[in-house]
Parts: sequence; structure tokens; C-alpha cells
Amino acid sequence: MEKRALFSNKLLPYLLIFPQLAITLIFFYWPASQAVWQSFLLEDAFGLSSEFVGFENYRLLFQQPEYYRAMVTTAVFSSAVAILSLSCALLLASQADKNLKAGHAIKTLLIWPYAVAPAIAGVLWIFMFHPTLGTLARPIKGAGVDWNPMLNANHAMLLLILSATWKQISYNFLFFLAGLQAIPKSVIEAAAIDGSGPIRRFWTIIFPLLSPTTFFLIVVNIVYVFFDTFGIIDAVTGGGPAGRTTTLVYKVYADGRLGGDLGGSAAQSVILMIIVIALTAVQFRFVERKVQY
Amino acid sequence: MVENRRYRNLVAYLVLGMGVAIVAFPVYLAIIASTFDAGTIANGNMPLVPGDQAGINYERALFTGGRLAREPVGMMMMNSFIMAMGIAIGKIIISILSAFAVVYFSFPFRRTAFWVIFITLMLPVEVRIYPTYKIVADLGLLDTYSGLILPLIASATGTLLFRQFFMTVPDELLEASKIDGAGPFRFFKDTLLPLSITTIAALFVIQFIYGWNQYLWPLLITTQSSMQTIVIGIKKMITTQDALTEWQIAMTTAVLAMVPPVMVVIFMQRLFVKGLVETEK
Repeated sequence: MEKRALFSNKLLPYLLIFPQLAITLIFFYWPASQAVWQSFLLEDAFGLSSEFVGFENYRLLFQQPEYYRAMVTTAVFSSAVAILSLSCALLLASQADKNLKAGHAIKTLLIWPYAVAPAIAGVLWIFMFHPTLGTLARPIKGAGVDWNPMLNANHAMLLLILSATWKQISYNFLFFLAGLQAIPKSVIEAAAIDGSGPIRRFWTIIFPLLSPTTFFLIVVNIVYVFFDTFGIIDAVTGGGPAGRTTTLVYKVYADGRLGGDLGGSAAQSVILMIIVIALTAVQFRFVERKVQY
Repeated sequence: MVENRRYRNLVAYLVLGMGVAIVAFPVYLAIIASTFDAGTIANGNMPLVPGDQAGINYERALFTGGRLAREPVGMMMMNSFIMAMGIAIGKIIISILSAFAVVYFSFPFRRTAFWVIFITLMLPVEVRIYPTYKIVADLGLLDTYSGLILPLIASATGTLLFRQFFMTVPDELLEASKIDGAGPFRFFKDTLLPLSITTIAALFVIQFIYGWNQYLWPLLITTQSSMQTIVIGIKKMITTQDALTEWQIAMTTAVLAMVPPVMVVIFMQRLFVKGLVETEK
């Protein structure tokens, strides 16, 4: 798409685009290419010299059991959060789509958690489920479960999943509600006249028509869990107990911290970049075409 | 529809009521905790109705700070506010200018420039933290507001949003201004900018929340506690050694950290929804 009428100044457009290009080159392209370059270097323990080692950092990375564990953790974490938050949000959105009197107020009451910082969300959830003083930890302990997310990795993971889901529902709810409101009412009325009940109508008409939104949200949710949950993990578990809640992004941070293993950390960054680019490409390719209208 | 409407709405209110309650409960608990003293919270039997320590807790948090992070939370909020405003305003300025250039001028490398900016959409700051840290350190920007702000505005969302909007502005407007003898500056100031106000406001709301809630980046580049943002500050108040954590101050700080962005969402809901939907698509 092009404009018919344009200005013909020679220098001005460059001046206008300069600030953005400069910031992008300095703070985006330069560091991203440094990450790629660094992933082929091995630094000595004091950071004084480094030598080119080819794919050595990658080879070492794929020999670490911890790396595979971080992959599994990330996969479990992101699929659990995506499934849980998408289904809760769809349930809420399908109810909110019913032209209720209090509809607008309810919408406001459901979307504000979007504005809560991930780290703060994590802090709220630790407080609720803190093994000694948490209001909700008491009934769990009362039921005979030895609840302790600080020591038990499964409990820690569960707490992370719940807090990350809590924060993401509002976002998914908004997009599902917009998707639902875009479905023509006449289609649904026609099905109702033909005698199909609300549940059947939902699964045979509404859900398939909603699939572009659902697919878009799946990708967004995976990217959210990959990156935005860093604050939740750092606040709730710090990657522990014993590294069992360390995700791929958290490992990039933990391995490179205090000038630790910069080459290994950079190699992990590069792998993450490839994953995100692949996800984005998938989204651009399939969101519009393959999903059934 | 054909079903009994009253019964149908009852189910809807029931489900939505439960949803609202679950969503609100963690925050309700934090507000309650901010009204009790440390002892009441520590014994594990905190009541579910507010206590009478709110004044003491909020005053102490805002002006003195907790035992662990000794900085007053008021100052952290100031830092967060400057960072959030800087990110929102900075991003709006650089992206509206670049979108104006890409849409309304024809120049060599226009497509290249657009793609160079577009690619940044894909990679969040988290995947390039250490190299970015090194550059910011080399430029002497650690512990500065510029260091907090600049790397976070290097992304394409704003440019794409404005580009999309400019494309919908009728060509006749530009032709008319040209006939009236207006140059690019006049056209931008008198025609394009007034038309873009809603888009600018929507982007502002989204970017303010994004900036206020940043975690990893400020964690890395602020070493002095006087530069801490509130989201970082609260993390430091909670230690693994339970005895040292002052939960009443931590939860007071959590409430304070939520107030500005949540207010923005509630009072500017329409702009917020517009911004969210349009920056993502």
C-alpha cells in the first residue's frame, strides 16, 4: 500500500527516521550481533582474554543435563499456563458476551490484573501460599499436605503456574471477548432455530469461528511465558528449589550473572532468538491462512 | 435466543462473579495485610477484614522504607514514574517521526529502513540482556534514567501502529494541504498530529504500564539503591530468611506499586483496550 501524494524533500526523511534508527542500531542490532559473536568465544576465568572456539559453547550446552531440564521446565510451564489461562478466559468471555446489564463493570473488574507487574503478581501469590503465614496455605496443610513451595519443586512449579495464569487471564479475556463480539449473531440464531442447544452451538459454531483468535493467543501466551514471567520466577522461586523451576530465559540470566559463563549464556540467547523468530514466523504464516473461517 | 433468559443470565453472573472474586482475592489479601502489624501477619492467623495499622504502614513505607531495602518507597515510585513516562513519551516521539518519514516521503532505502525497524518486533530485551548491559555500561549509562529508558524504546510496535494509522488518513488531506502551500512541518503539526491524538493516547497508556512494570532490565543496570524502581524494591524486601521479611511493609509496597498502572487501566479503559488490541495485531 502506497500513498498517492508524497513530499519530495531529500534530507528531511532521513532526519525524521534518524532517532529511531540510531536507537535501534545501538541498543538492538549491536547487542544482538554481539550475542551471536560471543556465543563462539570462550573467555578465561578472569574475563581478560577470549578465543574463538566455534561451536564449542553450543556443544557444551547440549551436554548439560541442566539445559535439558530447563527445556522441559519451560515446556511444562508454558503449556500449563497457556491451557489454563486460555480456558478460564474463554469461559469468562463466553459468559460476558451475553449482553448483561452489569457487563461493562464486570469487564473492568476482570481486565485490571493486566496492569499488575509480573514480579508483584508473584509476591501476591507467595504471600497467599507462604508455608507458615499464607492464608490459603493453612487449609492445604490442614488437609494433611506438607505444603512447602520453598522446598518442594512441584509445589513451587504449581505456584508459578497459578500466578502466571492469574496475570494472563485478563489479556486473553479481552481478546476472546472481542472475537466473540465479532461473530455475527444471525449465524448463532439460525443454529438456535434449527434446534441446537447452547453447548452444541458453542462447539460447532462459536469455537471454530473463534479459532483465529485462539491461535493468535496461543502464540502470544507462549511468548509471554517465555519472557514476561521472568519477574514472577525471580520473585517466587529464584529458579529453585535446586534449579527445578529454572526456565530457558532464567538460565540465560543466571549463567551470565556476575560475568559467569558469558559464552554459554550467549549461546543460550542465540537459541532463544531462533525459537522466538520461529514462533513469530509461524504466527505470521498461519494466523491468516490455515485457520478455518 | 430460545433458552430461558433468566436462567441463562443467572449462570453467567455466577461464573463471572466467581471469576471476579478469584481475580480480586490476591490483591484484597495484600490490602488487608497492609493494615496489620508484623506480629498479626507472622502468627499465620491474619483476619480477613482490615486492621488499624494502615496509617503507620503506609507512612513508614512511603517515607522511610523497610528494614532490608532502606530506601523510602516514595522515591522508588518517583524512579518508576520517570522511567515509565520516559519510555512512553520517548517511544511516541521516535516512532511517530519515523512513521511519518516512512509513509509520507519517498526516499532511497525507505523499504530497508522500514525492515530494519520491523525486525525488532520479534526479539524482546530478555534475549540480549548481557550484550545490551555491556553497551550501556560502555556508554556510561549505568544508574542513569537514560540507561533505564533508551534500550526499552528500541522496538517497532509504535512505528507500526502509527504507520497503520497514517495509511488510513485520506490522501486528499495531504493534497489539500499541499495546494494550500503547506510544507511537511505544517502538514504534520496542523493535520496529522490532531488526527493522531487517540492513537498517541492509546500507545501512551500501553507504554506507561509496560515501563512501570519492567523488572529484568532495571534489576541489571541499577546498582545504587537510589535508582531502584518500586518493582525491584519490593523483591528486595522479601528474603528467604523468613524472620527478616517485614510482610506488612512488603504488602504495603505491593499495593503502592499496583495503584498507578491499575488506575490507568480503570480510568482510561477505552484507550487501554484500543492500544492493546492495535499494538498486538
